[in-house]
Amino acid sequence: MRIRTAGVIAASMLCLAGAAACGDSKDDKAAGSNAPSAAAASGELVIWADDKRSAALQPFAEKFGQENGVTVKIQAISKDQQTTFLTASQQGSGPDVMVGAHDWIGNLVQNGAVDPVQLSDEQKTGLQAGALKAVTFNGQTYGVPYATENLGLIRNTDLAPAAPATIEDLVATGKKLKAQKKVSEILCLQAGQNGDAYHAYPLYASAGGYLFGTTASGDYDAKDLGVGKAGSIAAFEKLRALGEKGDGALKRSITSDNSIATFTGKKCAFLVSGPWATADVKKANITYDISPVPGFSGGKEATPFLGVQTFYVASKGKNKALAQEFVTNYVTTPELAVALYNAEPRPPALTAALDQVKAQDPDLVKWTEAGKNAIPLPAIPAMAAIWEPFGKAEAAVIGGADATKTVEAAAKTISAQIK
Amino acid sequence: MTTQLGGPATRALPAPEKFRERSESAAGRIVKIVLLGLLVATAIWAAFPLAEGRHWIGLGVLAATTAGLLYLYLTRRHIPAKYLVPGTIFLIVFQIFPVLYTASTAFTNFGDGHRGSKADAVTAIQTASVTRVPGSTEYALSIATAGDPATGALVFLITDPTSRAVSIGDAGGLRPAPGGVTVNSAGRVTAAPGYTVLNAGQASARSREITDFAVPTAAGAIRSAGLSRAYEGKAVRAYDAATDSIRDTVTGQVWRADDELGAFVAADGERLAQGWRVGVGFANFTRVLTDDTISRDFLRTLIWDFVFAIGSTGGTFLLGMFCAIALQSTRMRFRGFYRIVMVLPYAMPSFAMLLVWRDMFNTDFGLINNVLGTGVDWLGTGLTAQLAVLLVQLWLGYPYMFLVTTGALQAIPAELTDATRVDGAGPFQSFRQVKLPLLLVALTPLLISSFAFNFNNFNAIYLTTEGGPFPADNPSNGATDLLITYTYRLAFGGSGAQYGYAAAISIFIFLIVAVVSAVSFRRTRAQEEVYS
Repeated sequence: MRIRTAGVIAASMLCLAGAAACGDSKDDKAAGSNAPSAAAASGELVIWADDKRSAALQPFAEKFGQENGVTVKIQAISKDQQTTFLTASQQGSGPDVMVGAHDWIGNLVQNGAVDPVQLSDEQKTGLQAGALKAVTFNGQTYGVPYATENLGLIRNTDLAPAAPATIEDLVATGKKLKAQKKVSEILCLQAGQNGDAYHAYPLYASAGGYLFGTTASGDYDAKDLGVGKAGSIAAFEKLRALGEKGDGALKRSITSDNSIATFTGKKCAFLVSGPWATADVKKANITYDISPVPGFSGGKEATPFLGVQTFYVASKGKNKALAQEFVTNYVTTPELAVALYNAEPRPPALTAALDQVKAQDPDLVKWTEAGKNAIPLPAIPAMAAIWEPFGKAEAAVIGGADATKTVEAAAKTISAQIK
Repeated sequence: MTTQLGGPATRALPAPEKFRERSESAAGRIVKIVLLGLLVATAIWAAFPLAEGRHWIGLGVLAATTAGLLYLYLTRRHIPAKYLVPGTIFLIVFQIFPVLYTASTAFTNFGDGHRGSKADAVTAIQTASVTRVPGSTEYALSIATAGDPATGALVFLITDPTSRAVSIGDAGGLRPAPGGVTVNSAGRVTAAPGYTVLNAGQASARSREITDFAVPTAAGAIRSAGLSRAYEGKAVRAYDAATDSIRDTVTGQVWRADDELGAFVAADGERLAQGWRVGVGFANFTRVLTDDTISRDFLRTLIWDFVFAIGSTGGTFLLGMFCAIALQSTRMRFRGFYRIVMVLPYAMPSFAMLLVWRDMFNTDFGLINNVLGTGVDWLGTGLTAQLAVLLVQLWLGYPYMFLVTTGALQAIPAELTDATRVDGAGPFQSFRQVKLPLLLVALTPLLISSFAFNFNNFNAIYLTTEGGPFPADNPSNGATDLLITYTYRLAFGGSGAQYGYAAAISIFIFLIVAVVSAVSFRRTRAQEEVYS
């Protein structure tokens, strides 16, 4: 018996020793990040991106790794990238570099999750002005933009040969086509039961509405809320007139899931969407053209939002110096921008890369043309309070609700959340 | 049994000798060794981050738990404890700890803008305020050390892009480099006498030091932008520990730390964006009770929540039971086939099915309006949306009720029905007065748990209507909102995540569900006493 007990203990000790040995080697590594021996010196850069982009980044990450003698690890985060990133960096298990949309900036900064990057003047002039402005927050550049995106009007040229100059033109053409039974919908602009502020914004802006005023330094001012002001009420009146009780051009039954499919199914001649829709449209063999979203006749320009895909340096990353090097001195090279364009066709933010791909892709020129007057999607934390109430107000007026009452209620909800 | 184990009567009892032998069979011993080895390995694996983060209490708990477990399984005593302890540990880790964590979060302002500690916020504020000195030069940078690359003191070798003059920078400031320095075409120093120029791998190993390294200059400090460039920058905002405040060196504005809000606040009430996590007492709870937007809609939402939960549970139960009884009739042919078809909806993932149903209710493109030739705005008006949600629930839920009722029906002896027939009762009377009460005794606990589940059935609402349709004058509370979807939107949907507030709300929901369940279970027990 005693021998058996001794055996158990000995085996346990062995396991313990083995585990301790593993622990020791791990300890070495942990210590290594502070003071490695010359032979073991190799840094590791961890990059998080969504599925599509991580595939495109892979070869360049390897190249960067080889050139610099470091390991680069790319991890695909398929869902809820922003929250995952925030939670992970809070726990110290986040990446060194994060790839994501620029409108996260306000929230990432208030949670201390990203560091500013210092771009040289030369690097700054190489970027599109709008893209650079989009990643600037409180006077600092938070990340390097690499691609832009904005809404435009995709038109089935078999059905509607001429680009409409105004929304009124578009509705007239759509109604005519509908009367001829060539289409079943006047316009495919996604709204859904709970509205879609992003897609409604160009029309809202054209009719005189705004979201936030700007401060003297050009940043958005959360204290100056445009929703609820006279201009926004007039804009919602116009949306109501286009809605189900009016022209029937805007409908809640057209949602993010069916708007592109309805267009490719030739059930409507006009689609308001972004560069991500072009692949589907091409696949459906539709002869199409892209033009700016038209505004109301006599109104302002219909300015879509400009969204910018950005490389961020995580402030809680383990390898910040290398992350800064990668983001500021490598992401700003045209090769990478072109490769990312090939993975997903959105206009590159680098002017040099844009010029390079323009020649092979005529659509790209049209998308940038449609986004010429686009305004950067507000990245201030207060923007988070806009989306839902604005969208729901939009859905309500499209359904025929009273515009003044609806906008005022939305404004109350939004300002209560902004504080 | 006795024939096979036959033998002397004494051997039927577990003799101590025999027992010991069985408890230490070879396989058992190996399993034991492996499991205990894994336990120790896990403990050691968990110990390093704890030691690194200086969580000494956590480390103590870990050491004590591991030692206790090793003692428990290496000794022959405490047999019952050997069986009870693993379950107890899992109970603590997966049930009690999350509940305590939620409860403790409810008393804080944890959420966006208040995620980390005060030190984190101060660091973030200072880092975010480092700006380039206007008109300053952009230098090419090489990172070097005096001596060993891993441990030697860091220096920055910087090259002026126009004059190509190389300087050496360290904590003492900037001085011109001695001769003999090699500079490559890009302007970066590749070799310098007396220093080891680091490659990217070596430099990245000292990443944190490099990021924090600043060479003081007259206007600010030279800092690295990556590993190959340097710029002259200046932290505009600085933390002053003596007055516990942040001061802007350019505008002179001061933000004082407010440890009740967890933010730096200026005299005019302006807050810096980066805050920290603090305890807020009962503020989250009182906010739930006093907030206008919540209290105004609370009762309406609560009533619909009950309607939804009772409607879903009752509807599925009635339909499921009807099908089960119909299929129990021996006069029916192809019963097996029907049973399989009946269970199909249950076999589909409800997550995907809810989205499919949402699209089927679409006014213009949905299957339902297209097939019926109607133009009902299903999800656009309150009453139809509520009806639609209940219909979806009925479709998704009745197979489950069908299954459990079929099971329960098997347990009711056929003699009972025969006996009622002898007594002259019709089929309906026999069902109403004999079968149904017996069924209910068996199924009521399931109905109560189904009710509790549906009361908080987030997916059913969120994936079909998202709580909508919303009245024109109230974007925060929709016609099909349950308490859970409504509070989810309040906590996460608006201006960012507010975990503390959400935790407080979830405690309220827990209280409501707990009271409802407790009352129903008491009534069930009373019912059981009547029938037994």
